[in-house]
Amino acid sequence: MTSTLTPVRKRSALTKGQLPKAAPYIVLALALVVGAAILALVGFNAFGWGLVSAVLFAAGLVGWSAAVEGARKAKDKLATCLVVGAFLVALLPLISVIWTVLVKGLPGLLDPGFLNTSMNGVTGAFDNKSAEEGAPVVGGIYHALLGTVQITLLATVISVPVGLLTSIYLVEYGEGKALARAITFFVDVMTGIPSIVAGLFAAAFFFAVVGPGTKTGAVAAVALSVLMIPVVVRSSEEMLKIVPNELREAAYALGVRKWRTILRVVIPTAISGIASGVTLAIARVIGETAPILVTAGFATSINNNVFGGWMASLPTFIYTQILNPTSPSNPGPSDQRAWGAALVLIILVMLLNLAARLVARIFAPKAGR
Amino acid sequence: MSKRIDVKDLNVYYGKFLAVEDVNINIDAKSVTAFIGPSGCGKSTFLRTLNRMHEVIPGARVEGEVLLDGDNLYGPGVDPVTVRSQIGMVFQRPNPFPTMSIRDNVLAGVKLNNKKISKGEADSLVERSLRGANLWNEVKDRLAKPGSGLSGGQQQRLCIARAIAVEPQVILMDEPCSALDPISTLAIEDLINELKDEYTVVIVTHNMQQAARVSDKTAFFNIAGTGKPGKLIEYGDTHTIFSNPTVKATEDYVSGRFG
Repeated sequence: MTSTLTPVRKRSALTKGQLPKAAPYIVLALALVVGAAILALVGFNAFGWGLVSAVLFAAGLVGWSAAVEGARKAKDKLATCLVVGAFLVALLPLISVIWTVLVKGLPGLLDPGFLNTSMNGVTGAFDNKSAEEGAPVVGGIYHALLGTVQITLLATVISVPVGLLTSIYLVEYGEGKALARAITFFVDVMTGIPSIVAGLFAAAFFFAVVGPGTKTGAVAAVALSVLMIPVVVRSSEEMLKIVPNELREAAYALGVRKWRTILRVVIPTAISGIASGVTLAIARVIGETAPILVTAGFATSINNNVFGGWMASLPTFIYTQILNPTSPSNPGPSDQRAWGAALVLIILVMLLNLAARLVARIFAPKAGR
Repeated sequence: MSKRIDVKDLNVYYGKFLAVEDVNINIDAKSVTAFIGPSGCGKSTFLRTLNRMHEVIPGARVEGEVLLDGDNLYGPGVDPVTVRSQIGMVFQRPNPFPTMSIRDNVLAGVKLNNKKISKGEADSLVERSLRGANLWNEVKDRLAKPGSGLSGGQQQRLCIARAIAVEPQVILMDEPCSALDPISTLAIEDLINELKDEYTVVIVTHNMQQAARVSDKTAFFNIAGTGKPGKLIEYGDTHTIFSNPTVKATEDYVSGRFG
């Protein structure tokens, strides 16, 4: 029996000219050390250290790669550095905002009674006392939370039927019609309306119809729905469009009427996208400040009636607490309440986004065997 | 429970474009008729005019008469929904409703129209339709599962079950096997042979062997060139069309010399 000798080599010919796997980490460590050294010469600060190290890291890695692996791999490394760098730059403000709000907002949120008391009867005297003598900060956001939930809920109740029906018209009935084109155009225009203009519209509308000085939660809800409707129309329209035409034809071929087809086949197929679109639209308007200030005014006490009396909401609560502290001489407690409210608002928006994902998953058509 | 179809001087338009010109054809009850012809010659377009699905496309319209046992489908005051509940359709790509279970897919024609049906009747309708589509044994244990979890061939048979559950007079099939493998195709062809005992079946196919295997009569459509209307060239017994056609173009097509 003869056997051919396979040549024994240390490395495969196919993998020559590669950087070791640990190369990025080595370069990163070097870049951090050298960066710190350079910064020490001009005066150390964390931001400069990060920036200089990042530039050194990119230059070092690309240079090393060009020397060992050739120009193509070096370009790849450069592109990777740019992409990752852009991602980190985009992430920085987000993390910074969440961190700041967490740090400044947690003391307010952990205050007993913060979530279940209002600002009714809380005067500057209490704040002075807590600032000077260390007494606990009194007052809370219950009224604002209640207002935000009521106003947003009412805005949703107004916007969803209007928006959904509009998108059904656009997709199912309006194809190629002048009216549909006009609606699409005006919806696009409405998407760009500044929120304060929506607030002024709602205020002026109710002044004219109900009477001058009408400021209630309902007026704010109308203002918010002006902002919400275009978002709902747009997202539902996209969702209805991607329902395959074959499903509509399948239903027609069974002798099902068009409106039943839309109601029982098209909408159920698209409902997960529609529901998550609506949730995102809510998240979009829940933080609006200006339109609520001009339409619902500002209240310090609990108002359960959206149709009568001024009403507080979280954004306007934050705004007034920062701008007009309850105790002008000691703004600390007001600051703490404002940051606490901001934290609650962010948590609300996060919960809404999670809810959107959950809703999309629950309603999505299942493909099981 | 099946009716004949007679088409008189039918012209089919998409807007101003004449897609199919001057079709005259008589389709017997309880028979299988195959439409063959090159792509774009208007077979599918013509098929869709037989249950008024053509007009679902914006701008599409029809001139002429389609008679279902003597009643003109395009007569004044005829509701297309009534027409479609009598003439069912199976499409090229299997399209079960993704939001519904297998059982609900079969009952779709009943449930979507909000007809009241008792659970017992529904159960027997589901079993009867699925047996009719040769699918019962494969799915009887998972009727509550989504229809989209079935294989392509099973989905197509589910669509056939869904079509026969509304008890139509005629079943139109638009290339029902073009997305399926040979085994599933065979299952559907067997099914078509059984369906003709009760229904009038019209099938569009690109597969001439399939036309020869399943149909009693065959209609050959052709098109003179791009932008010209499609025409019915020859219509007769399948055997005659494939062995002894009278028109040269038919002979060329079925023997594979063009198209």
